[in-house]
Amino acid sequence: MLKKNVIEVKDLVKKFGDFVANDHLTFSVQKGEIFGFLGANGAGKTTAMKILCGLLTPTSGEVYVNGYNVYTQSELIKKNIGYMSQKFSLYDDLTTFENIQFFATIYGLSKKQIIEKTTILLEEFKLYDIKNHLVGDIPLGWKQKIAFLIATFHNPSVVFLDEPTGGVDPITRRQFWELIHRAAASGTTLFVTTHYMDEAEYCDRVSILSEGKLVALGTPDDLKNQYKAPSMDEVFYKIARNADV
Amino acid sequence: MYRVTNLFKKYNQVAALSNISFEVYPNELLGFIGPDGSGKTTLFRILATLLLPDSGEVKFMNYDVVDDFQKIRRYLGYMPGRFSLYADLTVEENLNFFATIYGTSVKENYDLIAEIYSQLEPFRTRPAGKLSGGMKQKLALCCALIHRPTVLILDEPTTGVDAVSRKEFWMLLRKLKQRGVTILVSTPYMDEASLCDRIVLMQKGKIMSTDVPERLIASYPVKLYAAFGDNTYVIKSAISSLPECQMAYLSGRKVHFTMKPSHHPREIAEHLTKLGIENFRIEPIAPTVEDYFIYRMINE
Repeated sequence: MLKKNVIEVKDLVKKFGDFVANDHLTFSVQKGEIFGFLGANGAGKTTAMKILCGLLTPTSGEVYVNGYNVYTQSELIKKNIGYMSQKFSLYDDLTTFENIQFFATIYGLSKKQIIEKTTILLEEFKLYDIKNHLVGDIPLGWKQKIAFLIATFHNPSVVFLDEPTGGVDPITRRQFWELIHRAAASGTTLFVTTHYMDEAEYCDRVSILSEGKLVALGTPDDLKNQYKAPSMDEVFYKIARNADV
Repeated sequence: MYRVTNLFKKYNQVAALSNISFEVYPNELLGFIGPDGSGKTTLFRILATLLLPDSGEVKFMNYDVVDDFQKIRRYLGYMPGRFSLYADLTVEENLNFFATIYGTSVKENYDLIAEIYSQLEPFRTRPAGKLSGGMKQKLALCCALIHRPTVLILDEPTTGVDAVSRKEFWMLLRKLKQRGVTILVSTPYMDEASLCDRIVLMQKGKIMSTDVPERLIASYPVKLYAAFGDNTYVIKSAISSLPECQMAYLSGRKVHFTMKPSHHPREIAEHLTKLGIENFRIEPIAPTVEDYFIYRMINE
């Protein structure tokens, strides 16, 4: 097992009864990489993400996250990852700071650490003005930034982002991707799903799932060459079309 | 078909809709495009007679949405953003239920939904709550169509749907339009704008523009350029730090930017070369609806 690979997946199979949700997936993700995880609805993305987060046990195959085995060390995995759901999942009736404090405390950070780090991060994310605002009153784009700040607050080695920019305006969407790049530059691994194909172009590598199988994996440029397509949108369309036949 | 004049709606002190006016023409496919919180759902609820406006007038044909709501409803098919069929009724039962409420039968209007429903047929005895996301959406569309409405109002039918299924859904809407249905559809995906006959761009409860997508793009007030290169992040931050640049942002593997008046992109190229950036090229490009939206957001 290569040490520098934060995620290592070999022959991962997950079945629900007769239904094969993940069909022999093999891939690895390096430290500091932005890894796009794409696929049609129902292709098996959520199942695979849940396994990588230690929330579901595979039927068979080897899966290591940050060197920990998903079968036997899922609690250690949970401590070392961050997760941001497509459904906004902060507490609307707590303030920005209270939400940060709540989640950071769960991850075992001390009060002093939390206060020091919150000040720095709120400045960096340009969210300081809303420190004491109730999260329920804040526009969606800002909420998503707070959710990202919280998902990365405990310095996880890898952060899973499940459609983080759905419904967000085009400018905030781009600011969000700058946050993703900054996190990657500082060594965090980002595992991202999205339905915006321009965002697929921002990833270092992109994987595409279709009917439970990994059908494409490479840099956006590689995939465009391979499928003779001018954009990731076209690549995605060609792959999904083939899956139907 | 609809005439909306000076419509206002507030929730507590927050303005959800401010001074909205537009018209809907018969048999058009009209797209309402804007991010979350721009007021699309509030507007659609008012159009569907489910929410009262604070002020302003909304006419549907010759009816008023407040006074004549009962008369209007039989002409409308409404599909809310959140799945709102009966999860514990089967596919078939849901469809029969909605047909009966509107005093019709599935048989009578089957031709309108035949193409969509044929994909659901294998699951007709399955509870609606146990369908996949795409199938739920198709069933909701059938239920909204089963009384043969004149106008179909679809609130974000493609949100969270993958790029390919989104394309297929839009093809389905095109076919419904050919059968004479007027369609109002909202979406946060700017790339869906080109699939509409006309679009209403919304932001923070206001209408930014209402036009045919091509004309909207043609009205982009300045020249838009794209820089291509190896590291678009480096290029983007270099360009946006230059005083001659008005705005710069990433768009896939390109950096889109505009120049301040009386400046030429040649100056940007010279700066990039001076900064030691190699292997880049700059070209004028045609803006998309998203570029237009960003321009208006920054310049207003």
